[in-house]
Amino acid sequence: METTACIIDVAGLNFYYGKFQALKDISLQLEPRKITAFIGPSGCGKSTFLRTLNRMNDLIAGVRIDGKVMIDGRDIYAPDMDVVELRRRVGMVFQRPNPFPMSIFDNITYAPRMKGQHKGLDDLVERTLIKAALWDEAKDKLKASALSLSGGQQQRLCIARALAADPGILLMDEPCSALDPVSTLRIEDLMQSLKNEYTILIVTHNMQQAARVSDYTGFFLSGELIEFGDSNKIFTKPDDKRTEDYITGRFG
Amino acid sequence: MRPRGAGEWLAYGLLYLSIILVTLPVAAVLFIVISRGYSAISWEFLTAMPRMGMRAGGIFPAIMGTLLLVLGTVAIALPLGVMAAIYLSEYASRGRLNRLIHLAIVNLAGVPSVVYGLFGLGAFVLFLKLGVSLLAGCLTLALMILPVIITASEEALQAVPQSFREASLALGATRWKTIWNVVLPSALPGILTGAILGVGRAAGETAPILFTAAAFFLPRLPKSIFDQVMALPYHLYIIATQVPNISQSVQYGTALVLVGLVLLVNASAIVLRSYIRRRRSW
Amino acid sequence: MAIERSLTIDSIDVKKSRRSGRWSEWVIERVIQASGLLTIVFIVLIFVFLLKDSLPLFKTHSLTALLTGRDWYPISDPARFGLVPLLAGSLAVTLGSIVIAVPLGVAAAIYLAEVARPSIRESVKPVVEMLAAIPSVVFGFIGLLILAPYVKSLFDLPTGLTAMTGSIMLAFMALPTIISISEDAISAVPREYREASLALGATQWQTISRVMVPAALSGITAAVMLGIGRVIGETMTVLMVTGNAALIPHSITQPVRTMTATIAAEMGETVQYSEHYFALFSIGAVLFVITFAINFTADIVLHRFRRVGR
Ligand SMILES: Nc1ncnc2c1ncn2[C@@H]1O[C@H](COP(=O)(O)OP(=O)(O)OP(=O)(O)O)[C@@H](O)[C@H]1O
Ligand SMILES: [Mg+2]
Repeated sequence: METTACIIDVAGLNFYYGKFQALKDISLQLEPRKITAFIGPSGCGKSTFLRTLNRMNDLIAGVRIDGKVMIDGRDIYAPDMDVVELRRRVGMVFQRPNPFPMSIFDNITYAPRMKGQHKGLDDLVERTLIKAALWDEAKDKLKASALSLSGGQQQRLCIARALAADPGILLMDEPCSALDPVSTLRIEDLMQSLKNEYTILIVTHNMQQAARVSDYTGFFLSGELIEFGDSNKIFTKPDDKRTEDYITGRFG
Repeated sequence: MRPRGAGEWLAYGLLYLSIILVTLPVAAVLFIVISRGYSAISWEFLTAMPRMGMRAGGIFPAIMGTLLLVLGTVAIALPLGVMAAIYLSEYASRGRLNRLIHLAIVNLAGVPSVVYGLFGLGAFVLFLKLGVSLLAGCLTLALMILPVIITASEEALQAVPQSFREASLALGATRWKTIWNVVLPSALPGILTGAILGVGRAAGETAPILFTAAAFFLPRLPKSIFDQVMALPYHLYIIATQVPNISQSVQYGTALVLVGLVLLVNASAIVLRSYIRRRRSW
Repeated sequence: MAIERSLTIDSIDVKKSRRSGRWSEWVIERVIQASGLLTIVFIVLIFVFLLKDSLPLFKTHSLTALLTGRDWYPISDPARFGLVPLLAGSLAVTLGSIVIAVPLGVAAAIYLAEVARPSIRESVKPVVEMLAAIPSVVFGFIGLLILAPYVKSLFDLPTGLTAMTGSIMLAFMALPTIISISEDAISAVPREYREASLALGATQWQTISRVMVPAALSGITAAVMLGIGRVIGETMTVLMVTGNAALIPHSITQPVRTMTATIAAEMGETVQYSEHYFALFSIGAVLFVITFAINFTADIVLHRFRRVGR
């Protein structure tokens, strides 16, 4: 992979919660406009890794990080890096849908409003909702509370909300784990359509999902990135025995 | 629950008795002041100036004085208290300093009200030369209800789910914008409850305004914040102990207005709180 | 190339908002921080002002004379400022009220935490809050007009305004503190304890008295201490119902005068910055130190209890 083509470049990343090391010497490079899935048993550090990319871990007291994380060619942990700018560039969708207790409209326009944009919001809401495949269901109740939506709709709203911030990169931490199969499929479709514009990183416990949606897959085990590569290869003939064991269900 | 043996019957009996003895005084106070005070309540009593050395007429300036005191107190204590609570809940890391501030709050809450009065006299009335005034009284009362407001606001802020903060920050909102747009609105009803409880407390206290704001007898409304005021609790103290040959109905009437005011304020806080608990959507 | 950085909330965001020129937010955040620290400033200021206006007393009187003097004659010539009768008054009233309020309050807390149905609990707790909300001057008023005449005739006394009258009224005022904090403490005992005890065949009462209450004991202790703090500082009620005689009482049916009532009653008549004024401030300082010690200890106890309880 050439460095010019890569949008995320992680080298020698170690991460500690106090004394506990949650990530061990992670290195990988990601191309733009691809979907990368991260799999691995519970507690192996997938969420922690994702959260190092938009520096959400900064919110936790007593954490420590070393190594290099470059996004768009910039060291995001450099002292002159602006976290707020970073988080606008790198959007995040959480495991549980977490809309604000505001109207659908206000949820979607939240990030633009925070940037000081107050014009053209109607347009933006429509465009984003269409992108997030929620327009038909929500267009008649934009002023209704976001909490009146179903779980699957709420999650698509959260995706729309993240898209409205105009990110280039979207981090999705088990976005479907709280949803029913139908909603899950809709979100997978949505990811496919978003792929043309966004670089997507998704954490999932669902092997089929990882295989279905992703171009690349990374396998984590107790803080280490055991294997990273083409999804087709990882799911058919992985190099590492541990990856194979996990995928065939022995780690479960 | 099924008591076994005489010993347990006795034990449970005592528990029941205790709950009756605890609720009784509230009922008794209400019954006494209502039954003996209601005959004094009239439009004139509530809206007229006192006459004949406070033995007749109304208690209007005392009611207004208490309202003004409470208003000023909340105007000072609410912003300060909410900001302190935001600091504790949203900014301070869980270290020594945080613990120290909590200790300060606990001890502020424990300072006797008459000591607040002394402090108000020494600091506001004399040192800052505000004189015995509405302003000095409000400052003193504000200090006294600060712990109430901080504690309630901090609790309300902590009850806002962490996921709201994360969602907002992940969208590129700054920390302060997150607090202002997401955290505070969600915590608002709880903060309001704290403010109302503070109001109830400030309305009923006598000792802190004794040397800082209260006028023995001032049959007019204050002209400025540097003027003295009459206040309901102090007025009740005066007519109960310092005015001979006053009719009991005036005394009980004043007590009824005071108790009614304070309990109404508190009841509304209790109602608001249970309303929040029921409709909390997260 | 490994770069080590320590990340904490305080370091990062604050620096960022300054760096990116979000000045207004930086200012707001400083104001908020200052408000938090102000609470510490206030408690220090209160003590400083109490000291400032009480220290001049010791130009003419010694601290031992103040703390051990048995006479409080503020307007005799020369004036005598002995705290002992006032301390004794406060002590008598406080002890009396605690004797009433502790068993009653703890029993009510046990009832609410362990026995009462939720519907009863939800209706009794607001009543307890109402009790806490009734102004002390109203308790004083009722004590003066209703309770005092009863006490007078019941014990055939020259006056119904006695330490006991004050104790009874103050007990009501200590109850809400004792009940709510004890109830919290009992409710905080892990439910596993209760289940373990019941599973071993203990009755509910045995479980309450042998497991739950002992486990919550330090919390209950703190509740009692905070109740004491509340009672010692109470002013208007005692001013109105204890008779205000600055004498060392020999029985609870005698009138007494507490420290708080002395300040409230006499400050209005003193000349500012006179000896008497300074003496009243030194009572205030003594009160502050006593209540501070009580609240401080109670908070430490509660803090430790919560940490162990979880
Ligand atoms: N705030 C924290 N403080 C301390 N340790 C933490 C914290 N968050 C996570 N950990 C630890 O770090 C490790 C990795 O956690 P992480 O949440 O990244 O796992 P995960 O792979 O996302 O698991 P899951 O699939 O269950 O979401 C775990 O062992 C966890 O216990
Ligand atoms: Mg996770």
